Amino acid sequence: MSESLSKLEKRTAYTLVLPAVLLVFAIVLFPIFANIWISFKDIELKDIRIPEPRAKKIVKSISENQSELKIIYKLRNSSLIQEIKNVKFQDKFPRDISPVYLDARCNFKSKKVVCNFGNWQAKYKENFEIIIKNNNGETIDKEIIKSQKPILDGKADNPLLTTNFTLENFKKVFYENNFVELLLTTFYFTFFGTVGAIVFGILAAQLVNQNFQGRTYMRGILLFPYVGPVVALAYTWTLLLDPNSGTLNALLVNFNIIETPINLLGQKYITMSILGIEFKLRLALTTVIFFEIWRYFPLAFLFILARLQAIPQSLYEAADVDGASPIQKFTHITLPQITAIISILFMIRFIWNFNKFEDIFLLTGGASGTRTLPINVYQQGFAVSDIGMGSAVSIVIVMLLLSFMIIYFRLIGKRANEV
Amino acid sequence: MKFKSLSIFLIISSFFLTCILSIWKIMATLQGLSFTNLNVTTVFIIGILLFLIFVLIGNKVNHLIKIFLLSFLFSILYFYLNEISPFWYIIGVFLITLFFTNKLKKYSMQSLKEDFISEKIIFDFITLFGIVFFAFVILFPFYIMFVTSFKTQIALLVNPLDFSLDFTRSLTELFKSYFVIFETYNFGRYILISSAVSIGTVIVTLLFAIPAAYAVARLNFFGKNFLSTSILIIYMFPAIVLVIPLYTVFSQLGLRNSIFGLLIVYTATTLPVAIYMLQGYFKSIPREIEDAGIMDGQNWFGIIFKIIIPLSLPAIASVALYVFMIAWNEFLFSLMFLDSPKSFTLSRAIQYLSGDAETPRQYLMAGSVIVTVPVLLIFIYFEKYLVSGLTSGSVKG
Repeated sequence: MSESLSKLEKRTAYTLVLPAVLLVFAIVLFPIFANIWISFKDIELKDIRIPEPRAKKIVKSISENQSELKIIYKLRNSSLIQEIKNVKFQDKFPRDISPVYLDARCNFKSKKVVCNFGNWQAKYKENFEIIIKNNNGETIDKEIIKSQKPILDGKADNPLLTTNFTLENFKKVFYENNFVELLLTTFYFTFFGTVGAIVFGILAAQLVNQNFQGRTYMRGILLFPYVGPVVALAYTWTLLLDPNSGTLNALLVNFNIIETPINLLGQKYITMSILGIEFKLRLALTTVIFFEIWRYFPLAFLFILARLQAIPQSLYEAADVDGASPIQKFTHITLPQITAIISILFMIRFIWNFNKFEDIFLLTGGASGTRTLPINVYQQGFAVSDIGMGSAVSIVIVMLLLSFMIIYFRLIGKRANEV
Repeated sequence: MKFKSLSIFLIISSFFLTCILSIWKIMATLQGLSFTNLNVTTVFIIGILLFLIFVLIGNKVNHLIKIFLLSFLFSILYFYLNEISPFWYIIGVFLITLFFTNKLKKYSMQSLKEDFISEKIIFDFITLFGIVFFAFVILFPFYIMFVTSFKTQIALLVNPLDFSLDFTRSLTELFKSYFVIFETYNFGRYILISSAVSIGTVIVTLLFAIPAAYAVARLNFFGKNFLSTSILIIYMFPAIVLVIPLYTVFSQLGLRNSIFGLLIVYTATTLPVAIYMLQGYFKSIPREIEDAGIMDGQNWFGIIFKIIIPLSLPAIASVALYVFMIAWNEFLFSLMFLDSPKSFTLSRAIQYLSGDAETPRQYLMAGSVIVTVPVLLIFIYFEKYLVSGLTSGSVKG
């Protein structure tokens, strides 16, 4: 009895889980593995269309009373690189019409012209003609002839499914793609974006955790950048930072803080001197990182605030009795209480920042030294149209992500369950 | 010791007052006042004077009278030392000083003798100023987005700093950008598409996620642990690594430029987090209630529909809102999959608009306002649910 019940339970469980699992498998897991396949192929954006035979039908009258018509089919292979094998052609005609002249490759049977064109090379083109006449000598309606579309059929390899592989893509990724700089930029962006978001998150949480009027509103407002749509926010910031008519530059020039506008998103380096030491700052990258911090510190804030509110007040009261200073209270009570959540936040944000595409793409498009790995996937795959190469970069991302996750689960995976 | 804490108090309070007044001045400049100098040093010095008198008077005079008088004097001094400014601007200065000094009620010569007073001063001021700072930094871009959409091209070219709204213009003039993007750029259609995709995603996601989450939370089956851990790992994989294979497959299947294709992708990418959030909540429902249901002869379907769903409506609401927000804001897939203006979502349409360098910025901002306002309204109205969604969804970004 109980055995059959547990069997029933299992069967129910599988029926409940299966739809979701299948969908996720098809859309999320399958592409990750498909990336491996594509990354070993020399394939470009234009290749992914399966080649198909095409025909454009043109009808011309050649006799006075239109009892005879010439039909020209402009035949072509849609692909510029691939052969189509065994192309078959078929066109239907109304009653009482028969061909006057027919190509040797074709025959006419029960109102149909059927042809066997054999193999078409890439870029294949041909003007194929037939002449038809009405057996009764009456006028043929051109429109009826025109409205009947020919059917073509042929076999072509799906370029995605062929089995010629190459290592070229990975060679290009590591040797011809400024790989070291790409990696460094990605890490700068990820690391400073994460740290900045957490620091500002701690600060904001400290503030909101105090008693003041309008505290709940403040919590809501602080989350605005996180819930707003990226597109709107990124374009607003681009407008604000624009060197020609952006508000920020106009203000700074207006108050004589700077003499000429700074192109915050379009300038790769800016030379700064602090205490007489000159150094170059990655300007556009820094700006993008600040945008990133602005947009994502709210998440860190939310988590840290939740943790702060759970710290028992008695701890602080006891510290007051012992005569602790505010800094001591922060370092000895608050910080130890939030280190767990901070380490988890750090890993989660690190991984997500590492994957960030939209923000950089909308702000700079990856120009002026803001090219990170995800941006590179887009550039290779869609701007340069080299899909194989784009996939290879994706594989690099997945590999790095997997190693982060392994580190994550080794280091703090156990702690995650406590929070 | 006393001198040290006094000077720290003076410098810090004056510094923060200067900062807040500078923000006020910047905001006033954006209303079309032609200030060209922040006058930081002057304000700082009279600020120090103000706070010196403030602590010297201490508790000898009623607090309210004291701050009123001092703020009044400060504003007059400010008025003479500053560039020519209208009356409302000085009123603002007065109110800011009043507010600021009111917050300093507890400081007097006596209180400056307390332990750790300099640290306390710094903490106090960072708190006070921090809130103003955060509010300003967060709201300023939203403010600029909003007001730009009401300006005209010419007005923005003449004075890029003047964001004052001219209410003497007729309403059609004022809302011109909005009329244009609806009439010329078809934004009505995009709003419909975006809503359809987002609401569709919410419905389909819930349909798939509720049964799956129930199974993960309650039933025993082979591979359950593996499933629940892999949910989160899958969720960590970014959209950008899925894009190329999905693009190629969708191209071959003719699913690009179709709202259906977008719906499938959005559903699949939000499913893991939806399942994760829901199963956490389902686990917290006492088992006894379900047992009662089983005794009554309910099957699993009945238990889910009659017991689990009604009991977990708040969790379902937060999942729904969270998924709606993700789908509404989503950009990468809509960029990749949609290239015919007939099937654009709002985000994609705005990006398309910006691709044309000729598009005036106020149209772009009007579009941005249209895509932002619904999310913000939903967020403000359902903040409680969304915040719990954000904290349990936790990882999305």
